[in-house]
This record gives sequence, structure tokens and C-alpha cells, in this order.
Amino acid sequence: MDAVTQLQRQLVDYTNSLFLEGFLDDQFNQLQQLQDESNPDFVVEVVSLFFQDSERLLNELAKVLEQQNIDFKKVDAHVHQLKGSSSSIGAQRVQRVCITFRNCCEEKNIEGCLKYLQQLRHEYSLVKNKLETLFKLEQQLLAAGGTIPLY
Amino acid sequence: MESCNCIEPQWPADELLMKYQYISDFFIALAYFSIPLELIYFVKKSAVFPYRWVLVQFGAFIVLCGATHLINLWTFSMHSRTVAVVMTTAKVLTAVVSCATALMLVHIIPDLLSVKTRELFLKNKAAELDREMGLIRTQEETGRHVRMLTHEIRSTLDRHTILKTTLIELGRTLALEECALWMPTRTGLELQLSYTLRQQNPVGYTVPIQLPVINQVFSSNRALKISPNCPVARLRPLQGKYMAGEVVAVRVPLLHLSNFQINDWPELSTKRYALMVLMLPSDSARQWHVHQLELVEVVADQVAVALSHAAILEESMRARDLLMEQNIALDLARREAETAIRARNDFLAVMNHEMRTPMHAIIALSSLLQETELTPEQRLMVETILKSSNLLATLINDVLDLSRLEDGSLQLELVTFNLHAVFSEVLNLIKPIASVKKLMITLNLAPDLPEYAVGDEKRLMQTLLNVVGNAVKFSKEGCVSITAFVAKSESLRDSRAPDFFPVPSENHFYLRVQVKDSGIGINSQDIPKLFTKFAQNQALSTRNSGSGLGLAICKRFVNLMEGHIWIESEGLGKGCTATFIVKLGIPEQSNESKLSFGPKMSGHGPTNFPGLKVLVMDDNGISRSVTKGLLVHLGCDVMTVSSSEECLRVVSQEHKVVFMDVCMPGIDGFDVAVHIHEKFTRRHERPLIVALTGNGDKVNKENCMRVGMDGVILKPVSLEKMRSVLLDLLEHRVLFEAM
Repeated sequence: MDAVTQLQRQLVDYTNSLFLEGFLDDQFNQLQQLQDESNPDFVVEVVSLFFQDSERLLNELAKVLEQQNIDFKKVDAHVHQLKGSSSSIGAQRVQRVCITFRNCCEEKNIEGCLKYLQQLRHEYSLVKNKLETLFKLEQQLLAAGGTIPLY
Repeated sequence: MESCNCIEPQWPADELLMKYQYISDFFIALAYFSIPLELIYFVKKSAVFPYRWVLVQFGAFIVLCGATHLINLWTFSMHSRTVAVVMTTAKVLTAVVSCATALMLVHIIPDLLSVKTRELFLKNKAAELDREMGLIRTQEETGRHVRMLTHEIRSTLDRHTILKTTLIELGRTLALEECALWMPTRTGLELQLSYTLRQQNPVGYTVPIQLPVINQVFSSNRALKISPNCPVARLRPLQGKYMAGEVVAVRVPLLHLSNFQINDWPELSTKRYALMVLMLPSDSARQWHVHQLELVEVVADQVAVALSHAAILEESMRARDLLMEQNIALDLARREAETAIRARNDFLAVMNHEMRTPMHAIIALSSLLQETELTPEQRLMVETILKSSNLLATLINDVLDLSRLEDGSLQLELVTFNLHAVFSEVLNLIKPIASVKKLMITLNLAPDLPEYAVGDEKRLMQTLLNVVGNAVKFSKEGCVSITAFVAKSESLRDSRAPDFFPVPSENHFYLRVQVKDSGIGINSQDIPKLFTKFAQNQALSTRNSGSGLGLAICKRFVNLMEGHIWIESEGLGKGCTATFIVKLGIPEQSNESKLSFGPKMSGHGPTNFPGLKVLVMDDNGISRSVTKGLLVHLGCDVMTVSSSEECLRVVSQEHKVVFMDVCMPGIDGFDVAVHIHEKFTRRHERPLIVALTGNGDKVNKENCMRVGMDGVILKPVSLEKMRSVLLDLLEHRVLFEAM
């Protein structure tokens, strides 16, 4: 097998694993579909936006939860935002944590919220790493002269 | 007196002798005087006598002779000297004239004699001319006879009449006893007696054709005398007592149609002759004259021509009758064929409808059943039902399509469509199966591939799907690569497609698509069978579903698109490459804007909404980007806002649709909707409002409806969903369900 095919194989396997492990869902595929000649870096752009936005939100959440009087409405708002963003790009696990986080907010469960914030951070960094690796692989493939497989 | 011996004694004039001399002289003188008178009289009468002065001379001579004799009368008695002088003068003159005349006659008499010879010569000549006149007259008569005969013969085109008339006329003209015609039989080995003059119904005598006498007659174009005893002449028992009449035989060439060439008159190289035998009456001692033989020869030739005319006419009549019959038969066959085709089409139309209706019901209801609560066993059963009925539906469609393709009634629907979208659509459809089988699919579209093309989009997609589907079907692992590019003319001509003559032109281009897979491959001897109907590779037919019609249909579609399709494989286990080339049109630049949302509604394929102005309101940056990306991909002109104030500020009549996220905390999407309603009172000015929400429960939906939203979409939105939503919206201006 030549280098291009090998890289392609690697990419495909990696992407498959992400899906299998639940890091990404079908929405990510939808994003990939929106990428074409007129919009060649759509996915990367949106995902970068997500990274920025998520980090901001997580920081905000941390700040709010450190307060004495926790404004649960605010927390809920942020989590809602994060849920929306993650569902938009298909970060499935993040989204799920957001949903359960929101329940805690409604219950005004501080511990629960803190726990979920922790989990959220964890999931976020995981998915961030995975996505960054994915993009790197894609770059390598393109550099080697191959095309990104659509499947 | 007695003593003189030398002369006789003078005797006294005898009275008697003197008297007789006197009388004779008188008469002589008379005669002499009357002869010139007679001569003058007769010469005066005739005009042609040439020698008048000879006559004068002769007349003078005779007159003088007469005068001499007259004067002699006076010398018998005693006469005076004057008389003697006169007598002498007369005699002298007579002598002179007579000598002159004698001399003259020497010249004249040969002339007169030659006149006589000339007269004789002229008489002979006259006799000759007479003879010749007689000959000419006979010839002219012969000619008249021939003309009359010919006229009689040629006045009819019926073969029998021709021959009968010939015999009758010949018999009459030449006063024949018997006249007969022998025709060659079908085998050509014998001559059969066909027509006779006297006998009414000739019995079928035959003689072999190889007789020497017959050969002799056939080898010459003259009429030849033959012996009355030879077989062709012995037609009936001898009538006469003594001798049979002379017999003449002549050949009649039977000219065949093919002998008549336009530029060459045929030599008489025909093989077939008939024999005409003519018999003079017996006991008549008549002979055949040359002119009669000539007449017979001419008649024979005329008969030959007349017969060929009759034959040609018969032939053409026969041909015409045959043609008419064939025409009728063909007409009947055509009408039967048309009836059959109509019957089949009716049958197909009925079956089409009749077969599809229950299929629809089965598929639809099975799908619905799938959505309900089912035990795993039940689900399995329902899935099997669905799969089988889908298969059946495909089969029905294939068969119906193929039959329509076969009788040429299928016509391509040419529309302008997005070529790139066709490929992505096919990819979408094939992705699920491929991912299940863990196959990798790559799509490579050449950069110079036009985005839009004119052609039959549905069938192109069908073909592509079939080919790619086969590639996926027959690959257990590996990858499937699809490449598409515009074929240049050198690469169009392929040795594998010897009868494919692509003609590139201004408005068309040839799309070449190659689908390569790493599957089980095909044996080289099976390759030709691939495109035949219902033929499937034995090893696969058990495992794989399908009627074997797919490639056959593809081939027909590709052919309709003036292209070519073929498959190559290096052998079993080595994968195979399917390639097809089709001709697509290049749309004019102005056509692209015609891709409006109007007529495209009915199609369900890659559709676009170019230039559709939409407004997206979402406070979440990522959602906003994603929604915008979706809409931009569908060709819309997207403006984004992140707050309701901005939205209300920006929204205008130009925006056809407003997508708003209604889960925005703090900002009520519902209010925005109400405000928009207030802003645009008239329905056609108002943009359509669609709510994007993550909350799919009924209460939410009802709220949306209450504030006058035209539709609700549940997030996350897929490309397909967005597309169908827009389609529905723009067609119906309302969307109730998009979950």
C-alpha cells in the first residue's frame, strides 16, 4: 500500500473510532458535508469557534460557581449555550453531560453542578484532543497528495 | 453489111421492144418523181429525222434520175439536138448528184445503222427496267405483308394471340398448307408442338432438341429449307398424292428479360429458340422464293420481339400482383404489430399502476409499523418485509423501465442540474452500506468539471448509483474510488468501444466517470455477459439480490445519452473498474438563474435555492455558523443576527425566510415573531418564520404555531432536513412537521 492509501486508512480508522466511542455523532458528518470548494475549511472553522466558545463558557461557569450566591439561572444559561454549541458540531458526549448538568441546575444542586462541571471539562478536553488529532491527520493526508475520503 | 463483125447490124427499132421500154421509162420516171414527194411528206410528218439536207440531196438525185428517164422518152424517136443537150445536161447533173450522194451515204449509213443498235439497246434496257420494277413491286408487297403481319402481331400483348395470328397471317400471305411452331420444353431438352395453323388442338408431340436438322436451323438466322420427312415437318399424314410441298424452317429467338441492356443491344446469344416450320401445299410444284424466305425471317424476328414484350408484360404484371400481395401482408403485419404494441403498452400501464399501488401500500405501512413499539422478533419480521418489498418495488421498476427502454419509448428528460450535487447525493446514499462493510469511498471530481450540466439528472444518478452500488456490493473490503472528469477527445476514442464515435461540440461535453473497486473482480469471459439482461454471475446470484437488470438498464441509459459504458477486470480477486462516458450539455450562463425554486419542487434530488435571501437569528455563535453553513451550502444568501433587536432592525421584505432560535434565554423568539407579523401586514410581503428549537415537545410546537410561525424544526438540523424544509416551505408556504 502506498503512503496515501495508508494515511487514508489511518484517517478512516481514527474517525470510525471517534464515532464508535461516542465522541462524535452524525451531526459531525453533516458538518463535513457542508464543506466544499467554496467552503474548504468550514469544519475547522466551526470547530475552532467551538473551542473558543467552550473555553470561554467553561471559565464563566467556573467563575459563577465559585460565587457565594450561585446564580443558577446564569449557570443554566451557560450550560444551555454549551449544549447548543456541542450539539451543533456533534460533540455527543459533551452534549450529554450538558443535559444532565442542566437537570442539576434545575434542582439547584451545587455539588452536582460542580461534579458535572468537572466532567464537562474532562469531556471537553478529550474531544478537543481528538479533534485536533483528526485535523492533523487530515493535514498530513492532504500534504501527501491524497483526498479526504467521504464515507 | 454482111461484112461488119464487130458490132451488130443496126436493126430497125422493134416496135414492141420500144413500146415496152417507153412504158417502163415512163413508170420509172413516175416512181422517181413520186419517191421524193413521199419522202418529203413523211419527213414533214416526223420531227426527228436529222439528215434533212441528205434528203434534199437524195431528192435531187432522184428527181434528176427521173428527169433523165423522162427525157429518155424523147430519145427513142428522132430527136433534135436541143433534146440531146438537155438529156446530156440532165445526165451530167444526175451523175454529179448521184456520186455526191453515194459518197455521202458512205458516211451516213453507219450512223443510221448505229441508231438501230441504240434502239435495240434501249429496248433491252426497257426490258431490264421492267424486270426490276417487277422485283421492287414484289418486295414492296412483301414489305406490306410484313407490316401487316407485324401490325397484327404487335397489336396484342397476349402471347397466344401473337403466335396464333402469326401463323394465320403467314398462312394467308404465303398460301401455306401448314404452319407450325415448336417451343422448347421447360427442361430444354425437347421441342414441343405448341401451335399449328390447321389443326385446332395440337397433340403434344415432342421431338428431342438435339436433332442435326434442328441444330442446323438454330445455328443460322436464315430460313432454311428442310426435308419434308424430318420429324418436325411430319405433322400429319401426307395429303397429296405425289409429293409433299417444300418445307422451310426458321428459328425464333426467345429473348429473356435480362438480355435487354440499355446500352448494348443484345447479340443473339440466347440459348433458347423456338422452331417455326412452314410447308407449302403438296403437289403444287411451288418453290420457295427468296423474297418469301426473307419475309419469313423478318416475321420470325418480329415474333421474337413481340413475344419478349409479352413476356415482359407478363412478368411485370406478375411482379405487381406479388407486390400488392406483399403490401397487403405487410400492412396486416404492421397493424398486428401495432395492436400488439398498444396492447403491451396498455398492459404495462395497467400493471404499472396496479403493481405499484399495492407495493406502495406494503412499503408505507411496513415503514409505519417499524416506527411503532415492536418486540425484537416482530421488528425483525417487519424489517424483512420491508426489505423484500423494497426489492420487489425495485424489480418492478426495473422491468418496467427496461421494457420502456427497449421499445424506444423512453425519452430523456433534459434539465439543467447540479452535477456536483449528483455525486454527493449518490455518495450519501451509498455511505451507510459502505460504512457497515467498512469500505472506504473516495470521490475525486476534476477541477474543470462544470458545476451545472444539461441532461437527464434522474437517470444519470440512477446509472451512477447502480455502478457504485455494484462496486460496493461486490467488495468485501478495501476501497471504492470514484473519479469524474471531462473527457478530452483523444481519450474519448477507446479501442474497447470501436463503434463509439464521440463528436464533441460547442454546447456539449463528455463526462467520464470511473469507479474502481477492490472487490472480487470478474472473469474475463464473463465480461461480455455483464450487460445482458437477466444474466448474473453464477457464484454471486445466490448471495446477491437483484434481477440482473441493473447493468442492462445502465447501458441503455448511457446509450441514450450518446455514451458508452464498459467494465474491466484483471481477473477474479483483483477488483474491477467500471467506466462510463456520457454526453451532457453545457447550460447557457443565463440558464443558471433559471434554477428557481418554482418548477424544481417536484424533483427530489439535489436542489438548490440560489439567491434565496434568509435571515438567521441565533445567539449561539456555533449554532449560528452551522445553520449559516447549511444554508450557504444550499445556495442561499444568508444574513446572521445574534439578538432580537438586531433581527427586527434588519428584517425586510427581501428576506424570504427567517430562521430563529427560540431557545434563547432572555430573548423571546416568540416576541420577535409577533413583531414581524405586526411589521408586515400583508402576507406576501412577510417573510416566512421558522423556529429552530432543541425542544421537541408538543407544547413548544403549539406555542410556535400560536405566535404565527410558519414552521418548526428540531435541532440538530441535517442538510437533507433543511433542504426538504425549504422545499416544503416555499411550495406550501407553511410547514407543520419537520421533526
